Amino acid sequence: MTLPLIVYRSLRQHALSTVVTAGGIALACGLLMCVWMVKTQAQAVFTSTTSGFDAVLGARGSKLQLVLNAIFHLEASPGNVAAADFEMIRRHPMIKTAIPLAVGDNLRGFRLVGTAPELFTNVEYAPGKKFTIRAGGKVFAADAKEALAGSFAAQRLGLKVGDTFRPFHGLAFDPKAEHADDFTVTGILEPTNTPVDRVIWIPLRGLQLMSGHDPKAATDVSAVLLQLRTPMAGLQLDMMYNKQGNRLTFAYPVGAIVAELFGKIAWFDQVLALVAYLVALVAAGSVLASIYNSMSARRRDLAILRALGARRRTVFGAVLAEAAAIGALGAAVGFAVYYGLFAGVAGVIRAQTGVVLDLGAKHPVLWICPLAMIGLCALGGIVPAWKAYRTPVAETLAPVS
Amino acid sequence: MLAVTDLRKSYPSPEGGRVEIVNVAAFRLAAGEQVALRGESGSGKTTFLNLIAGILAADAGKVEIDGTEMTALSEPKRDRLRADKLGYIFQTFNLLQGYTVVENVLLGMSFGPRGADRAHAREMLGRVGLGHRLDHFPHQLSTGQQQRVAVARALANRPKLVLADEPTGNLDRKHSREALALIREVSREQGAALLLVSHDEEVLGTFENRSDFAALNLARQEVRS
Repeated sequence: MTLPLIVYRSLRQHALSTVVTAGGIALACGLLMCVWMVKTQAQAVFTSTTSGFDAVLGARGSKLQLVLNAIFHLEASPGNVAAADFEMIRRHPMIKTAIPLAVGDNLRGFRLVGTAPELFTNVEYAPGKKFTIRAGGKVFAADAKEALAGSFAAQRLGLKVGDTFRPFHGLAFDPKAEHADDFTVTGILEPTNTPVDRVIWIPLRGLQLMSGHDPKAATDVSAVLLQLRTPMAGLQLDMMYNKQGNRLTFAYPVGAIVAELFGKIAWFDQVLALVAYLVALVAAGSVLASIYNSMSARRRDLAILRALGARRRTVFGAVLAEAAAIGALGAAVGFAVYYGLFAGVAGVIRAQTGVVLDLGAKHPVLWICPLAMIGLCALGGIVPAWKAYRTPVAETLAPVS
Repeated sequence: MLAVTDLRKSYPSPEGGRVEIVNVAAFRLAAGEQVALRGESGSGKTTFLNLIAGILAADAGKVEIDGTEMTALSEPKRDRLRADKLGYIFQTFNLLQGYTVVENVLLGMSFGPRGADRAHAREMLGRVGLGHRLDHFPHQLSTGQQQRVAVARALANRPKLVLADEPTGNLDRKHSREALALIREVSREQGAALLLVSHDEEVLGTFENRSDFAALNLARQEVRS
């Protein structure tokens, strides 16, 4: 009872500095956990987001751009794939499934992608998971001006089955670039927590033949999503398209290519982590400064405790426990900061990419970070605790008569 | 109960050398005995009590409390002996301002043999007439009431020896009389010996056993080089 009482009363007596210091620690702790969780989850989720495909075939260019465009629906298409090339890959014996994609239009900022209805009927976007359409809806017909909206896009645009819309030309929304074609929404996809949710899907021909598009490119596609029969097929097609050919790019495997992106931006993670570590150090330093500065005011209390029979190690432990308690308080509030920050960042990532980060995910950093913070704070408490340890009882209580 | 032999304490003087503050050849106090020492300010009587309490280390000599030689003990053992067998009432009360009345008494008990016994702390505070002020903070009490908390705290562990350093020095005449009576009464009830130092003749006059600290202390604060 003694130690908790001493710590509690001391924290109460110095409530303002306790709150300010714990606030700093909460910020540091929350920031550290958020940086770490966003980094690890984003990397894991992005590299495992393949929409069920092993590879992407596209125009000659960057593999990363091709994957970002075809799987994540980000970036512009690096160019077109001729109808003959699409037919060739579709009929290739090593290919299990080939789904064409065509891009180039949007609906108020949300990308329109032309594709084959088989994408929604035959493909598992994740192991054991097929696309499902909300009750009352259906997949568009291949030759109709119909649309199937991703859940996030439908929610943001307020689309429902039966609505009609006119697409806008280009990947960025320009109100003056409206096409004259009317599309009818036939279905809304259930959320998949993948980039598919941010897209409005229409038939391939619907996009190729959109009014105002170049008729010469009316049979071209932007990319082809591929499922391979065997992993060996990936190596052989890589040799065929990337090393021996010079017109097309074969991006394989999709996850490894996205991992390259994270490799390229690793320095940014490191900078963020460094900032978070510095904030943590500053927070621990503030514990030291806060308690140390109040030691003059506490000397008398400590001397009284010693006069009552408290040992030096008891007052040392009390100050150390107080520092750790401030750390624990900060770490506890740090979880609120973490959840707030993470929810914000996850919201932005979802809005921009359709990828969903899991707020409830567990990771060792969620206990290592708070414990390390408490440890750091306790470490910061050593100097004032030592000062408490050395408090001269008789001299502090009364001058020598 | 208390035996002091050749007890000496000196401090460095600003001019160099050392100033001897306490030099007591012999002092005895029997169990349950109540003795008052007369001493003017600066006579070394607080240092004498601090040496007995073990919160100051002596340069030489022996302090024996209830058969244990305090001066031969390590500091942690001195702390333990102080918590177990001594109650100390200070002139300035030395209450912990951030703690409630009952917490002050509980903390005093927590380092001793019985530990923090809330029921006993309440009982002690009831005994000194503060049963209705348990959750007040010291600054919410009158000076006299604060002194009573200090008395309850000093006696809550049922000490064998109570040291009282000018316990009425900060009180007016009426409260001074009340506080003194309380200290003596409660010490008697608990079977504790009482050693009180004061310069107040009215306080000293209430004791049958009283002596001059000046006569006891041979130091005279001469400068030794």
